Amino acid sequence: MSVNAEQQAFEPLIVVFGCNWCSYAGGDLAGTSRMTYPPNVRVIRVPCSSRVNPNFVLRAFQRGADGVVVAGCHPGDCHYVTGNYYARRRLSALRRFLEFIGVEPERFEVHWISGSEGAKFARVMEEVTEKIRALGPNRKMRDVR
Amino acid sequence: MKRIGVFVCKCGTNIAGTVDVEAVVEAAKKMPGVVHAAEYTYMCSEIGQTMIQDAIESEKLDRIVVSACSPRLHEPTFRKAAEAAGLNPYLVEIANIREHCSWVHKDEEEATKKAIAMARTAVAKAARSRELEPSEISVEDRALVVGAGIAGIQAALDIADAGYEVDLVEKSSTIGGRMAQLDKTFPTLDCSACILTPKMVDAASHPNINLITYSEVENVDGYVGNFEVTIRKKARYVDMEKCTGCGICYEKCPSKVDNDFDEGLAQRKAIYVPFPQAVPNKPVIDRPNCRWFEKGKCAVCQKVCPTEAVDFEMEDEIVEQKYGAIVVATGFDLLKLDDFGEFSYGKHPDIITSLEFERLINASGPSGGKLVRPSNQEVPENVVFIQCVGSRDKSRGKPYCSKICCMYTAKHAILIKEKYPDTQAYVFYIDVRTGGKEFEEFHRRAVENYDATYLRGIVGKVFPDGDKLLVHGVDSLSGRTVEIEADMVVLATAMTAREDAGAVSRLMGVSCDSHDFMTEAHAKLRPVETHSAGIFLAGACLGPKDIPETVAQASGAAAKAIGIISKETLLSDPCVSEVDESTCTGCMNCINVCPYKAISEKTLEEKVHGKVVRRLVAEINEVLCQGCGACTVACRPGAMNLRGFSNDQILAEVDAVCL
Repeated sequence: MSVNAEQQAFEPLIVVFGCNWCSYAGGDLAGTSRMTYPPNVRVIRVPCSSRVNPNFVLRAFQRGADGVVVAGCHPGDCHYVTGNYYARRRLSALRRFLEFIGVEPERFEVHWISGSEGAKFARVMEEVTEKIRALGPNRKMRDVR
Repeated sequence: MKRIGVFVCKCGTNIAGTVDVEAVVEAAKKMPGVVHAAEYTYMCSEIGQTMIQDAIESEKLDRIVVSACSPRLHEPTFRKAAEAAGLNPYLVEIANIREHCSWVHKDEEEATKKAIAMARTAVAKAARSRELEPSEISVEDRALVVGAGIAGIQAALDIADAGYEVDLVEKSSTIGGRMAQLDKTFPTLDCSACILTPKMVDAASHPNINLITYSEVENVDGYVGNFEVTIRKKARYVDMEKCTGCGICYEKCPSKVDNDFDEGLAQRKAIYVPFPQAVPNKPVIDRPNCRWFEKGKCAVCQKVCPTEAVDFEMEDEIVEQKYGAIVVATGFDLLKLDDFGEFSYGKHPDIITSLEFERLINASGPSGGKLVRPSNQEVPENVVFIQCVGSRDKSRGKPYCSKICCMYTAKHAILIKEKYPDTQAYVFYIDVRTGGKEFEEFHRRAVENYDATYLRGIVGKVFPDGDKLLVHGVDSLSGRTVEIEADMVVLATAMTAREDAGAVSRLMGVSCDSHDFMTEAHAKLRPVETHSAGIFLAGACLGPKDIPETVAQASGAAAKAIGIISKETLLSDPCVSEVDESTCTGCMNCINVCPYKAISEKTLEEKVHGKVVRRLVAEINEVLCQGCGACTVACRPGAMNLRGFSNDQILAEVDAVCL
């Protein structure tokens, strides 16, 4: 297979950490509204975006995820009052760290998607998948297995 | 080794339509720890649940994975089923292969592959789940109702009748809300005041209801069963105890301002009761418009008051109270019409909103129920009603239907004809929507018996011409343009969320949709609950709705609130943080990030090499902790963990997802 053909056939794996109260519910709404987005996306339910330890993100990259998304409540709208603010600061630091160690920071994104934004959930998943598809596989951090 | 059972639901064809369920079952059988896998058409049905329970017994299962719909829907169902079979409910995991898979993907092969991965992830998490026991929390047997329109009044009455104390907090100086402004109500033409005011009096005189008017909720702390609420009682400058409601003060007051209650169509004094049937019927001073507060002179009201009830020194009072449950019923506003220049609203006094029309035709309104043109006090001959002003208008207004306008416009057309047989009503509409008991019949009556002229089409422009209003529109059924010389134009303005709805919902920890209407926990099955346990919603704060629906919802919310405050204790969610004292270094980073003040310092005494050593560790108050997990990430030594979403569980999920 030529490099180009490999690039074309490449199906990225996107791991999403979704806040139970907003983005996970937004994903549910995308489902009940029968919207579609690529099946490359796998959602792990967490109680709050502030529960997402940067370790989890790094682990996903190590295990071969091509992109990671943390999706939480809009700033000011956190179910636990302030959790998403901690997530925002912590995860922007993580993004710079990824850049520092040579991983394309575009592989890691943080989005605010509320429980009523099913369409936004589907759109973000679509966009992220397309972007990572264009970026190609994550080779830098993947474990050699 | 764990003995995990995987149960895959077909959900009719909802899942089986796109996911090869048999393939998921076969794949599940090979997953580590799985000893049993099965499928069924409806796992949530009694047969499905029994199937799980039987397998727990026969296969000696100690972990259950259900691949079905969202855990937000049926996790409680399957947990209960497992508990009934003797398994700790927290050993059940859900793989959401419906909302997050079969419903959003079209390709069967891809969807099946993903469903298998999702089942594998849930299996990995389940293998690391632990038995958890909820702890008991005490419950305050008192409820708070925020907003005293018809929804709040009904909810408060229902809770009070069940034998519990209720505080009914209202922002304005009287209860009654929007319904008090209305004239008649569709489709029965009951007079709004006749059915509302007795309820207002009931609420005021009920021994279990404590009215807190002219007050606002400032802060909400705590959790279900134990909300700690701060209420600001704004200074009325009138002593409620001393005042007899005689009314001399507002007779003599020299400052006049527009009365909000009359939608600005009439004036009131700076010391006022908004309307004669107000409850409590005691005045309040509108500080920004009072001469005493403006210039330090006047005090006429104080001088004339026979009971010395006027007190300019009065200050806001802060009250703190504990409640077991809260009902939010904060109502609606009307859309601002700044972007609708073509209707010339605000440029001519005879161009009014429907709510202003209600006041004009209301017997206790500014014109005593006589429908007159605000410009010249004459009875109009032609009245044009324009529907969907801002509703169903994605670009300038709101995309939703305001639901009640078709019906109240039919009502207005009928009321006009009953009072003034020579006046003609014209209605420009997009569609007439009359879903509701007796609604269509009512609308037909307006057309057939009351001769209202319905024109299907939109209005392009309204402009004053001499003492008339020219209405240019299109009748899309005949395809012709229509021009009507009207004396009055009534705009069916879109219902919107209250201006401060966003702030209120943040205060309550309730989520909002993109229009600031508060959102229910489930659109169909949990219509009055929110995702914040113990907080319930009723009425138009959820979205446009009519009075019967609002009342039904209020009673529903009241029943839910009673369901909580009638209990002596509640079981708390055991999915909260825990500290590993052996690795905790006592840095207390966790305390800083905890939004619930659930973490405190504790001193441990340990014997090290025969000597007693003291060291600090963190301690979790399991009742206060709400399980966000912020502390787990802030913890440097990794001593903090979250039950139900533990570090090893999430890492195992990540590994399984990426396999």
